[in-house]
Amino acid sequence: MHEMGIANSVLDAVRAETRRFPNGHIHKVGVRIGELAGVDPDAMSFCFEALVRGTELEPLALEIEYCPRRYQCRACGQRYAASIDGSACPECGVWDSQFLGGDEMEIAYLEVEDGARTAGA
Amino acid sequence: MERVPLERKVLSENDRIAAGLRARFAQHDILCLNLISSPGSGKTSLLERTLESFDRKEPVAVLTGDIQTENDAKRLARFGFPVKQITTGGTCHLDARMIEKALLDWRLEDIDLLLIENVGNLVCPSSYDLGEAAKVVVLSVAEGEDKPLKYPSIFFKSELLILNKIDLLPYVPFDIAAAEENARRVHRGMDIVRVSCQTRQGLAEWLAWLDRKRENSRATASAPAS
Repeated sequence: MHEMGIANSVLDAVRAETRRFPNGHIHKVGVRIGELAGVDPDAMSFCFEALVRGTELEPLALEIEYCPRRYQCRACGQRYAASIDGSACPECGVWDSQFLGGDEMEIAYLEVEDGARTAGA
Repeated sequence: MERVPLERKVLSENDRIAAGLRARFAQHDILCLNLISSPGSGKTSLLERTLESFDRKEPVAVLTGDIQTENDAKRLARFGFPVKQITTGGTCHLDARMIEKALLDWRLEDIDLLLIENVGNLVCPSSYDLGEAAKVVVLSVAEGEDKPLKYPSIFFKSELLILNKIDLLPYVPFDIAAAEENARRVHRGMDIVRVSCQTRQGLAEWLAWLDRKRENSRATASAPAS
């Protein structure tokens, strides 16, 4: 259960960004969590809501894009997402692939009120 | 509403400290390994057998993480190598800052192999880079052979899987071939060794793996910069 710390790191980043938008409230933060990141999205949302409640950041929503393990097959070139029980290419059945992603834990974007950036920057 | 791209890593602060540690380990020619498993899979027993196999003069040190107690450090200190307990006080994993702090009063010049025993947990430790050269995951045959599929993150990120407690195989319904196959479904090129810390079966193979890593690490460190 390290989602509290991770949610807190997201909020630290949002707080650091608020200075860029003095005239506009940040409404939403979008994060990308890979299946291999070791983070449970439900637990993360729960922690995030608990940490935001009663703070100056309210109302701040969290949107999580959960990303599967992604590969490109070296045999047939197919790009594919791994299934729960295997990482072989679904097209040709070979497992000789390059890892493309699926371990990310990134803050992708912020959603702010229109004009906030121009007024603040 | 306007969408502003940010594109930054959530754990950028941990990654920054871990990169600093990795650079220091390289500078001092230290091989650092991060051992991860569920609670009770036998990380401490494996370290006991490992330390026992070394000459006392070997420059080996151990950091061991737990939520509470100094029990593991006491078990490991008997072998005469520097051992330090990191008690996290509730945190379910070690992070790079804890390692940096724990190393403050050790001379890195005197260390050649640094073994880190993470907090028993297959999930959270996989997210935190400690500056290690490789992660090693331990799975005991008293657990389920589908664990690599349930916890793909740590099996994907670990270079070696140690299947421990194989002396129990006659008494448990653990399909060791299926466990290995599951691990390789998640991580195709994964090294796997089967060991028992009780009968010592397979330990030589683990120690040989460790020797190869140490040799490779020395070779990389002494290679002239291109």
